[in-house]
Amino acid sequence: MKTTPLTAWHKEHGAKMMEFGGYDMPVEYQGIIQEHEAVRHAVGMFDVSHMAEFLIEGEESPRFLDDLVTNTPSQLESGQALYTPMCYPHGGTVDDLLIYRIAPQKFLMVVNAANHDKDWTWIVEQAQKYPSIQLIDVSEETALIAVQGPLAKDLIQPLTSTNLDTLDYYHAAFDVPVNNINVHLSRTGYTGEDGFELYVKADQALALWEKFYELGVKPVGLGARDTLRLEARLPLYGHELSEDISPLEAGLGIFVKFDKTDFIGREALWNQKTTGLTRKIVGITLEGGIARSGYAVSNAEGKPIGVITSGSYSPTLKKPIALALVESSYAKPGQHFSVMIRNRAVPTLSVKTPFYRRPI
Amino acid sequence: MKIPENLKYTRDHEWIDDEGRVGITDYAQESLGDVVFVELPQVGQVVKTGEAFGVVESVKSVSDLYSPVDGTVTAVNEALNETPELINQDPYNQGWIIQVDVQGYGEELLDAKAYQQQVEGE
Repeated sequence: MKTTPLTAWHKEHGAKMMEFGGYDMPVEYQGIIQEHEAVRHAVGMFDVSHMAEFLIEGEESPRFLDDLVTNTPSQLESGQALYTPMCYPHGGTVDDLLIYRIAPQKFLMVVNAANHDKDWTWIVEQAQKYPSIQLIDVSEETALIAVQGPLAKDLIQPLTSTNLDTLDYYHAAFDVPVNNINVHLSRTGYTGEDGFELYVKADQALALWEKFYELGVKPVGLGARDTLRLEARLPLYGHELSEDISPLEAGLGIFVKFDKTDFIGREALWNQKTTGLTRKIVGITLEGGIARSGYAVSNAEGKPIGVITSGSYSPTLKKPIALALVESSYAKPGQHFSVMIRNRAVPTLSVKTPFYRRPI
Repeated sequence: MKIPENLKYTRDHEWIDDEGRVGITDYAQESLGDVVFVELPQVGQVVKTGEAFGVVESVKSVSDLYSPVDGTVTAVNEALNETPELINQDPYNQGWIIQVDVQGYGEELLDAKAYQQQVEGE
């Protein structure tokens, strides 16, 4: 199993560990609910060094990326980031990822750890048509620390001369010192809170992490990362998105830009959009058990209509929540369903998502 | 990790006391993490050694609860419906799960020392 520069630290600090995306990762330290609440009400930090990073350079890089993904990286200003699905020709999803524009002809792509090899192979293959493109896999040398929560800005500001008030959401500052360590500092995250992600050279990650720890930032494991992202209705690859689930079905239509010339999967996605989607993701809440990924969903008459893609207990709502992929006609809020939990049909209600939206 | 001397234990991490009260061990609650839901049996339900009588769900996982003995459920801890975290906070007292009128032992239960040895081996 692979390790991050912080794996030993996690073990020394009593984290429960598990394999995730090929890495030995912390699930929780003190308890998922406590860690979840630290991020919602104060500040927490995540070791997300398992995520993979690719540099994409060359004259044709904006055009190449516009062809590769469903959103439009060519329209980014340097220092901006975007979230985008990346699709197969049939409209299924290869992965969902972040793209930063570092310079006019230089981009950084951040993909899911579990999809590292698959994405790399796919991207290298697609780049064959673009002779000027250079691809560099910088995953091994790059560690990533996410500092998330309403107090994240106040915590980081004294450690850097970069004015964080001018660093907008989905913007980044490259090669800036934080506590005298050079990072790529971006205002992004996966929790529904304000926060920052710090890309740092692998050998400097521990020093930065320990500085945050010394300042009282709570370490948070993948367990709370999942409950936080679920409350914020952020998709997880392999659950809300997959080779068999398109971004439109996952409710990510705003990241699919049909107005650009072409991109891989355009035709299939356009067909889905114009003929109408047969299934969509909907949010549900329930009592009497937790709906887990893979559980069957039926309508009020007991007819199977879909499947749970993600489900957990929501520490903020203090009840179970879930996302389900259901027949489109059932994908509106306010409908009564059943989820089969251990051979019992547990009644549920579909609700508007996100389940949680941070106060402005 | 607490393993009270006065209880008997199963290899599946349940405990039972002299009164037939059943719960899960400190080790089990610690491994599960935050308990957020408990599915309790009905009073009067017949339980059999090693068979599931209920379910405990933590944020991340679902685990069956196995009966340490043969018998009939005489009481269930209703407080767990509203406050399942009692299992984390106080697994041997307020976090008890069911009480059983014991009619037989399908297999030998472990004493505290033997249970501790098992846990240390895991």
